This record gives sequence, C-alpha cells and structure tokens, in this order.
Amino acid sequence: MSRVTLNGEPREVHAADLAALASELALPERGVAIARNGEVVPRSRWHETPLHDGDAIELVTAVQGGAL
Amino acid sequence: MSLTIGSLSLDSPLILGTGGARRLDDIEASVATVALRRYRPGASSLYELLARLGVTPLPNTAGAHTASEAVLLAELGREALGVPFVKLEVVIDDRSLLPDPVELVRATEQLSARGFEVLAYTNDDPATAALLERAGAVAVMPLASPIGSGLGIQNPRNLVAIVEGASVPVVVDAGIGAPSDAALALELGADAVLVASAIMRAHDPAAMAQAMALAVEAGRLARAAGRIPRQPLALASSPTEGLPNLSI
Repeated sequence: MSRVTLNGEPREVHAADLAALASELALPERGVAIARNGEVVPRSRWHETPLHDGDAIELVTAVQGGAL
Repeated sequence: MSLTIGSLSLDSPLILGTGGARRLDDIEASVATVALRRYRPGASSLYELLARLGVTPLPNTAGAHTASEAVLLAELGREALGVPFVKLEVVIDDRSLLPDPVELVRATEQLSARGFEVLAYTNDDPATAALLERAGAVAVMPLASPIGSGLGIQNPRNLVAIVEGASVPVVVDAGIGAPSDAALALELGADAVLVASAIMRAHDPAAMAQAMALAVEAGRLARAAGRIPRQPLALASSPTEGLPNLSI
C-alpha cells in the first residue's frame, strides 16, 4: 500500500508499480499517459517503475481543445 | 491536394480545432487538435473517437505558460497519442492568450532536440516566425487575431512577410471568423488554416465546416492562379477603339 497523490488528490493504492496501478484503476489500453513526479514514464516501462509513498502521479488523456 | 508538415499528412488545408465541439462525428477533417488533461474514469475517449473517424490527432500544449510546462505537456501528448508532432502553445497570460515569443523559442529548441516535430503557434510577427524556424519548428502558425475573437486577419502585410520569409509551411491559426478569412489566408500564401471556434460555435457547425473547406480550396486555387495587381484608377476592360458616334 502506498500513499500517493493521484491527479492532485491524496489516495492509497495497492499497486506496487505503474503497470499494476493502471490495472487497479482500469485505465484504457491506449490514449493515456502517466507522469510520475513530473517525468513522463513510457508505457513500456510502467512494469519496472515502482510506486513510493509521496509520489505525485498524473494520469492524462486527450480532450477536446485547440484554438478556442 | 495534400500538404505534408514533418510526418503529418493533411488531405485538406483545413485543420480542425476540437475545442468547444458539441459533436465531432459529422465534421470532416483529416487532422484535429486535442488538448491534454487529467484522465477522468468513465469519460468517453476522444482518442478512440478520432481513431474511429480516421482523424489524426495533433496534440497541443494549451495551458502552458512556460517552456518547461509546454515540454511536459508535449511529452504527455506523445506518450498518450503516439505521434511525433505537437502544436506548441505557450501563452503570456490567460486574459489575452497571446503567444509568449521568448518561451516559444525556448520550448521549440528543447522539443526539437527531443525529436519532436514542432508546429509553433505564434504572433503575426515575421521576426518571431524566423526565430522559431531557426529553433527547429517544422511549421509556423501565426494567429490571424486573438484566439476565439473571430476578428479575421488583422495584419495581412505581416502574414505576407511571414509567408515570404518562411521555408517551412505557414498555417494561420486563431481568429478566423468566417470562410472569407480562411480564403484570404490561402490567397496571401498560407499553406493551411486551423479553425475551431468559427466552426464549433456556428449555428450549424457541419455546414460551416463545409463552407470553410470550400473557402480554403477557393483560396488555394486563387493563390495558384495569381491575383491581379491592385491599382488606384479604373482600367477599362472594353476596347476604346471602334466606339460609334453616340452624339446624335
């Protein structure tokens, strides 16, 4: 169990790494990106990127936007 | 007609901004901009919608006020969408939403060094456009007028100077209000336009999208055809010789 900040909200998660976090949160297979402590982690490295107490995790996806 | 910007291929000189769209299904475009924001569980996937429609997503860095914020948003966009190109936006403040030229040049250098193909949103200033190209931009995107203003091309002479000075494609972005603005952009030598509000906030967005598509095609043809020069006085198009005596 880690206490992390997930998209700005404090949260306890069971996952030990980012791949497990993606499963725990049921993230879509594609179209999302994760930044951990301000660094984007490619999906290919999610399984080898551990979660620690205090990590700031941003989960990001595409939304409508542009030249509004 | 097709236009290539880096590895981005456009079927039409009209890029769609998706901001504010009520529905995207019935609007035709080959490329559409998207923003990167926090994932919300249960929200429908724009990525999947665009994939289903065969539309290439062009991630932007909307929301960035510094080069480092823009670089992080660009990295998130590349990872989420799997494309090497980014529409770089760095604004000076949220009131004007005008591009910050210093941060734009910094971000363009950093992103180009990281392998991005940078399409840089910029002011309608030929000097900034030249600096962005020097920093590695694969396209410059001068504004017609402030974002969402619909004021059209406020500075046509500067746009012509940008076109004449650029060796990368020029895409007029922001401030297009009507199809006539889009046509003028192409007539002045721009390679493409990016339109969002003028379509999305129209009473009938699908019809306006069609009008914009026709306008850019008209502008492109007119550019190739060659506009007549302006002159201050009338020039008769009927012969002056052979006029019968009319004073009877």
